Amino acid sequence: MENEVSFKDSKKYKIFIIVCIAVLLIIGFILGNAKGSMEVSVQRIFEVLLNDDGSSERLVIWNIRLPRMILAALVGINLALAGAILQGVMNNPLADPSIIGISSGAGLFGIFLLVVLPQYQAFVPIAAFFGAMLAAAIIYVLAWKGGIQPIRVILAGVAVSALFGAGISGTLVFYSDRVHGALTFMNGSLSSRSWPEVQTILPYTVIGLILVMVFSQKLNILILGDDVARSLGLNVEATRLGFTALAALLAASAVSAVGLLGFVGLIVPHSIRLLIGNDYKLMFPASALLGAVLVMFSDTFARTILSPTEIPVGIVMAVLGAPFFLYLLRR
Amino acid sequence: MDYQVVLRVNNLSVSYKYTEVIENIDLEIEKGKIYSIIGPNGSGKTTLIRALSRNLKPKTGQVLLDGVNIFKMNSKQTARKMAVLGQNNHTLSDVTVKNLVQYGRYAHKEWWKGSDREDIRIVDWALRKTGLENLQNRKINTLSGGEKQRAWLAMSIAQKPQILLLDEPTTYLDISHQLEIMELISRLNKEEGITIVMVLHDINHAARYSDELIVVKDKKIYKRGDPWVILENNVLREVFGVETEIRLDKETSKPVFYARKVV
Repeated sequence: MENEVSFKDSKKYKIFIIVCIAVLLIIGFILGNAKGSMEVSVQRIFEVLLNDDGSSERLVIWNIRLPRMILAALVGINLALAGAILQGVMNNPLADPSIIGISSGAGLFGIFLLVVLPQYQAFVPIAAFFGAMLAAAIIYVLAWKGGIQPIRVILAGVAVSALFGAGISGTLVFYSDRVHGALTFMNGSLSSRSWPEVQTILPYTVIGLILVMVFSQKLNILILGDDVARSLGLNVEATRLGFTALAALLAASAVSAVGLLGFVGLIVPHSIRLLIGNDYKLMFPASALLGAVLVMFSDTFARTILSPTEIPVGIVMAVLGAPFFLYLLRR
Repeated sequence: MDYQVVLRVNNLSVSYKYTEVIENIDLEIEKGKIYSIIGPNGSGKTTLIRALSRNLKPKTGQVLLDGVNIFKMNSKQTARKMAVLGQNNHTLSDVTVKNLVQYGRYAHKEWWKGSDREDIRIVDWALRKTGLENLQNRKINTLSGGEKQRAWLAMSIAQKPQILLLDEPTTYLDISHQLEIMELISRLNKEEGITIVMVLHDINHAARYSDELIVVKDKKIYKRGDPWVILENNVLREVFGVETEIRLDKETSKPVFYARKVV
């Protein structure tokens, strides 16, 4: 093998890929606003976005489609970043908030607060965060044996996921009179979500994006292994705790907004790794973009394919995600 | 005093759960020398080096680096003085050799800064020292065993440490790569003045390349001293349980031995 930097490893190629994903994001955004029971032309979209002419198009786009697209993008960003982080700190390529139970932890705490103390609805993201952190803590305790063991992470994660999942189902059964749209929560859905949910999640996305970009180098060093990272002068314990908390926060805010949406945190970082490699400095922004693209397209698809019936986006994600993942494994 | 102690160990004990793995060890490591820790399997060699390198918290006792307790120093302060290379380094990461060596500069930088001229100079120097200039753009997981080990060494010396701790730097390597790594370590000591403390399996290598051998047996330091003092029939019989034949290697004037039979 040659010492020369191959084209696929060059910075130019990586930037090119990121630009391509950004272009997809714009296409997805326009498509999502145009498609639906009322078709709107591209030109019309920009017209009604820029000024409120009181038309029905304006109403549909401004109140329904635009916030939903933005929410889809934010959820995609959060879940993709959470997955990218967890894969690094847990030293396991299969770590994904929905697979290892972080999302279920967040979901249980969130939904419990929602049905038992509905007056405190505003605190759902915070409760969800504690649920996610609890799930992460249990995984660490179970998976720790003189260092974090990748296989034990998954075994512990599956157990944690089952346990919290059971808790969610139990809560939904006991309080079935108070829970509306339990099914959509369990599958993850953007149906009838609007500006309030955007407001819920936006601060976490912004904080998350800033923090991952600032501290990406620490995660690059952590994935060299704990002993190596420690020798290089990284405070391994603090780094792992900080990143885990950040992943929990990102996943919890996504769960609070749209329910349990799986696969995003698994598919996206993996695709990015295959496309541009493991350097978190580039992986984080690329994963964020692709996460947004994936959830946006999937939601538009879920909304329009069986129109006027909507299917939960989580189902689309699973149908797209599982075969795609198998394809990745076969390569 | 015409020598300087870089690393001092006082009354160090380490235990896993409830079993002691090393007991009440005292040790002084002098600046600029090469030390090899040898001993039978399970004697506590790796535990000792992991405790010296902050990877294990001791139950009692202290490890002083330049007179300061390593558990009182922050991670970056320690990393600027001491580099550590463990036994099997495998990673999910697909970094290039050059990036890996750049990570060696982590402890010298604040997190908001990129590489400055000094970092670039030191990274180039580390690549040159380890003969990796022609492999610097290769990904670490495409390298052979010997090349990989050189890359990890390059990363460690980019930390510009006073002292380098190595746990079996030649395991899994074939004989020519073993020699290559031993020669490299020896050069780093002679040319750059880096103090070396390493665990070695091969006693002949230890004798040939070290100023002093530290023999660990049954959780304690059994004996330490010049290779000629350690490579003695009775020492090898008592520690390793083998009958040996010891000769003089004329070229290095160090002892070499071969094991005749198990006692």
